[in-house]
Amino acid sequence: MGETLQITNWNEELSDIFNRNSTLLRKGSPDYVNENRDRGIAQFRKLGIPDSSNENYKYLNLDFVYKQQFQDYLMPEKVNFDINHIFQCDIPTLDTHVVTLLNGFYFDRSRPISDLHSGALAGSLNYAFRKIPDLVKKHFGRYAKMEKEGLVAWNSAFSNDGIFIYVPDGVVLRKPIQIVNLLLSNSNLRVQHRNLFILGENAHATVIVCDHTLSDNRFVTNSVTEIFAGENAGLDYIKVQNEHNLATKLSNLYIHQERNSRVNTNTITLHGGVVRNNVHVVLDGKGCESNIKGLYLVDKGQHVDNYIFVDHAKPECTSNQLYKGVLDDFATGAFNGRILVRKDAQKTKAFQANNNILLTDDAKMNTKPQLEIYADDVKCSHGATVGQLDEDALFYLRTRGIEENEARLMLMYAFAHEIIAGINVEPLSARIDDLVDKRLRGELSRCANCAINCR
Amino acid sequence: MEIDGKEILKSINLEVNKGEVHAIMGPNGSGKSTLATLLAGRDLANVVEGEITYMGKNLFEISPEERARNGIFLGFQYPIEIPGVSMVNFLKTALNEHRKYRGQDPLSASDFLKVMQEKKKLVEIDSQLTNRSVNEGFSGGEKKKNEIFQMAMLEPTLAILDETDSGLDIDALRIVANGVNKLKSSENATIVITHYQRLLDYIIPDYVHVLYDGRIVKSGGKELAIELEKKGYDWIKKEISYNGMILDKSLK
Amino acid sequence: MKNNPQDKILDEVTQGEYKYGFYTDIDIDSIPKGLNEDVIRMISRKKMEPEFMLEFRLKAYRHWLTMKMPEWAHLRIPEIDYQDIIYYAAPRQNVKPESLDDIDPELKATFDKLGIPLDEQKRLTGVAVDAVMDSISVKTTFRETLAELGIIFCSFSEAVKEHPDLVSKYMGSVVPYSDNYFAALNSAVFSDGSFCFIPKGVKCPMELSTYFRINAANTGQFERTLIVAEEDSYVSYLEGCTAPMRDENQLHAATVEIVAMQNAEVKYSTVQNWYPGDKSGKGGIYNFVTKRGICKGDHSKISWTQVETGSAITWKYPSCILRGNNSVGEFYSVAVTNNFQQADTGTKMIHIGKNTRSTIVSKGISAGKSNNSYRGLVKVLKNAENARNFSQCDSLLLGDKCGAHTFPYLEIDNKSAVVEHEATTSKIGEDQIFYCNQRGISTEDAIGLIVNGYAREVINKLPMEFAVEAQKLLQISLEGSVG
Repeated sequence: MGETLQITNWNEELSDIFNRNSTLLRKGSPDYVNENRDRGIAQFRKLGIPDSSNENYKYLNLDFVYKQQFQDYLMPEKVNFDINHIFQCDIPTLDTHVVTLLNGFYFDRSRPISDLHSGALAGSLNYAFRKIPDLVKKHFGRYAKMEKEGLVAWNSAFSNDGIFIYVPDGVVLRKPIQIVNLLLSNSNLRVQHRNLFILGENAHATVIVCDHTLSDNRFVTNSVTEIFAGENAGLDYIKVQNEHNLATKLSNLYIHQERNSRVNTNTITLHGGVVRNNVHVVLDGKGCESNIKGLYLVDKGQHVDNYIFVDHAKPECTSNQLYKGVLDDFATGAFNGRILVRKDAQKTKAFQANNNILLTDDAKMNTKPQLEIYADDVKCSHGATVGQLDEDALFYLRTRGIEENEARLMLMYAFAHEIIAGINVEPLSARIDDLVDKRLRGELSRCANCAINCR
Repeated sequence: MEIDGKEILKSINLEVNKGEVHAIMGPNGSGKSTLATLLAGRDLANVVEGEITYMGKNLFEISPEERARNGIFLGFQYPIEIPGVSMVNFLKTALNEHRKYRGQDPLSASDFLKVMQEKKKLVEIDSQLTNRSVNEGFSGGEKKKNEIFQMAMLEPTLAILDETDSGLDIDALRIVANGVNKLKSSENATIVITHYQRLLDYIIPDYVHVLYDGRIVKSGGKELAIELEKKGYDWIKKEISYNGMILDKSLK
Repeated sequence: MKNNPQDKILDEVTQGEYKYGFYTDIDIDSIPKGLNEDVIRMISRKKMEPEFMLEFRLKAYRHWLTMKMPEWAHLRIPEIDYQDIIYYAAPRQNVKPESLDDIDPELKATFDKLGIPLDEQKRLTGVAVDAVMDSISVKTTFRETLAELGIIFCSFSEAVKEHPDLVSKYMGSVVPYSDNYFAALNSAVFSDGSFCFIPKGVKCPMELSTYFRINAANTGQFERTLIVAEEDSYVSYLEGCTAPMRDENQLHAATVEIVAMQNAEVKYSTVQNWYPGDKSGKGGIYNFVTKRGICKGDHSKISWTQVETGSAITWKYPSCILRGNNSVGEFYSVAVTNNFQQADTGTKMIHIGKNTRSTIVSKGISAGKSNNSYRGLVKVLKNAENARNFSQCDSLLLGDKCGAHTFPYLEIDNKSAVVEHEATTSKIGEDQIFYCNQRGISTEDAIGLIVNGYAREVINKLPMEFAVEAQKLLQISLEGSVG
């Protein structure tokens, strides 16, 4: 009983931070955003930060999010350095439009938004709030539901900026947009940001998100990304999480798909202290396709928690979830995938698989694949495995003269490759392949672009 | 040798010399495949007693990969599918491990590809196969051809072909057999494990052994295979029940 | 879409009638409605229990008061008024029946009608039965035959009096009274049930079975079963149950505990056919049951097989704690829901010992407007080297108004574990039906055939006699007025 009281207090404390700073938080946003903010804080007071009594957070303990001392990064501070000096993407052949967030705020104040071509925009969400309210209003806050999710409510109350992407009807962006999320601070920091991507009818785009930490203090990031994919739209969304072991990443992705649209997401978790990825997909028109894939390689005391919810609201849609993980040392992982097939969503095809390899006795995996089905003419299946490498395959490789250790690495790499193969941005998938190979060999004990030696 | 407390192989006495082709025949469940995997080093069973000496080494003391690098090749009855591992990467790693063991430098990528092209031609394997993952989505025939192709790449001293003929149509059988024959030399030896005499029309054995109930019950020349084909295994079973064990001691 | 013949037949198929819905008008000894410590004392007094039992009940009751009804199951459970239930009701018997002739002929007729004759002559010799109606055991057959082998098979009430040492040693050792809401309630108010003890080295020569019958109105049924299998022993135990048709819901909260020592094997089979409520969802039994077994000794084995066709709401997870090295747990289940029935059922396999193995096969069949969920936990503890689990959970949907759900939990804390879960959801394929039609089989027969084929893997695990019953039951639950 005493503990519940304490948790409530923490949530009250977080609400107080809002009260103390509400003028500052409101200042930069138009009314419709602040209305959403008010709903957010009201809802957050009810829900708080989810704890393990919430069935969806059964295997995750977020106490430290508020038990540790943190500063909230509410407004961007003036920086007088060139971002290129401290960070550069190390895939030279990757040709992208780069947009950068520093501690959750759009970095390039001199060019808050860019016209990529044919009216396609990428830039600051806060800028879009104010300059193109009509377009933003139609989608902002519509897909990320705060009624049941404390993290979304929390974000709605505090967030003020993030990335805005708009691809008008019929526009096909060949060049990927690369979002670089950087965290840099002298003290422990809590960061909230919000992204909104709108793809019109027949619009196509590729978005790559890279998460990096640049200083060795603690970080908590709570982000909400809303994606609207119009009729026939196509989106490839690739996320590479590569933060240090003191960083906590709470990522909430909400995807709304219209008729015949196709969205592929790939979440590659290479590094991070605590990572929670919530992915919600609503297939709200006939003939949608959704491929949700993820790979996590964790060691030391890391925890990776993936929650995927696919809502088949309309008939004749296909969804495919595949998450794979390799867990080393005393790392822990959780997978919670849920497929909901609504009453009239006939001819649904929904698949879900979670495969894990435990490398040590101290590593632990909890997996919970779930099906909830209310229509009868459907093809649904799910499966989960926790185990080791296939002994027959191992033997086969050894009979060809390959060292046992090398054979194990080959099989682990092959295990992971299935996910990477789904990334169709050539230099990126090659780079990730390489990173994964190094990671498995233990050569990548710290993040690729990080000056800090991880603990 | 025992598996789960059941005695599988009881009495095997076999000597194979360079340049020889031995055929081991026998009905289902007689222990043929167990013998093959035992030679390659799968520790799925307990060896209660016995020894296998290979070029002066006690095989039970060395790992599967070391056996392979010493020239033992097992053509699997059911080649294993390994999704995600490309044939090229797989073979390159294997070949270079062999080379390293022999004190040779690893092959460069282009040299490796050259060797691969050569061997592909030698065993008439479809060039597309090497672009895929190991055995993944291969047809039964393709898998068997792939085994022979790997044998060509790794140039073993002792090749053990476990039911390489099963599931092959007549054309594929010829291709596989031709491959084996081309690779045969006075410096290596082959053990062909099979059910039927059919394969032995193409790969002519020097010796034929009949394995039954974990024992080699009869050995002879290639005519033994023909006799078996005619009379069936029941003939052997009957003979055993009349005479107990028969072993042609005149054989080396 | 709606007019195709297959859908029509499915509609008809889902109108099955409950044939055990009759009520026996006999003199009933019952206590007033309501639950408090006095009621518990009264139950204990009526059963003439020793002091330790009353203490156990009161402890459980006090703990229950601090607990809340579980909410995590995928069920809509109307609020239950625990003060509106009669906690003790028994057919009135003046003296304890010494022979068959002492039993009320009306009672005998009831069990005859249910297909459970109490007369040993009429029974198949392979099965010993403990017949329980409402709160008490009516008759246990073949007791003497079994006693010759040292096997104790009697009602729980008798065991409390005759074998208090065994009861106090094992009762609550697998399912503590504090385990969950319904286990606590059961521990406080349980009335009767069966007790069986198989001594070391004895293979029980016949199937032991308990038949539970709810008869009285407004009562709750709270029975408790305890099975102890000593080293190297074997027993196969069956459980069956029915209840009259009533408009009110009735609560059934049972507890089953199994202890298997070294090399012992216990097979526990259930055919659950409580009254499921009518077509509009009115009435029916709330079946909230805690069943758990512990494989205490090395190489021991506990196997649960259940065919669940009845009850308005089912909440039950027969589980195995695999403590002994090389112990084995199995769970085979067929759950059929129809009309407005709801089922949330599955198992827990807790791997503690080394080289432990568990198998889960669950087949859910949903029809009408029902909801059918599989919920299962496979937990491999840190020191459980080489644990193996395979789970296969399939759902079959008959019609487009029902739901089929799968909620597996896999918690793995040892790298040598191999745990696999597979599940599929499908409907009966039109091509399968067409294939049957083409061979001259009518559509309704084809559905029966396919459903039975679908459930076969589980039905085959039942003892012969039960398997036939279960197969019929499946037909009845789904077929109804067809043909």
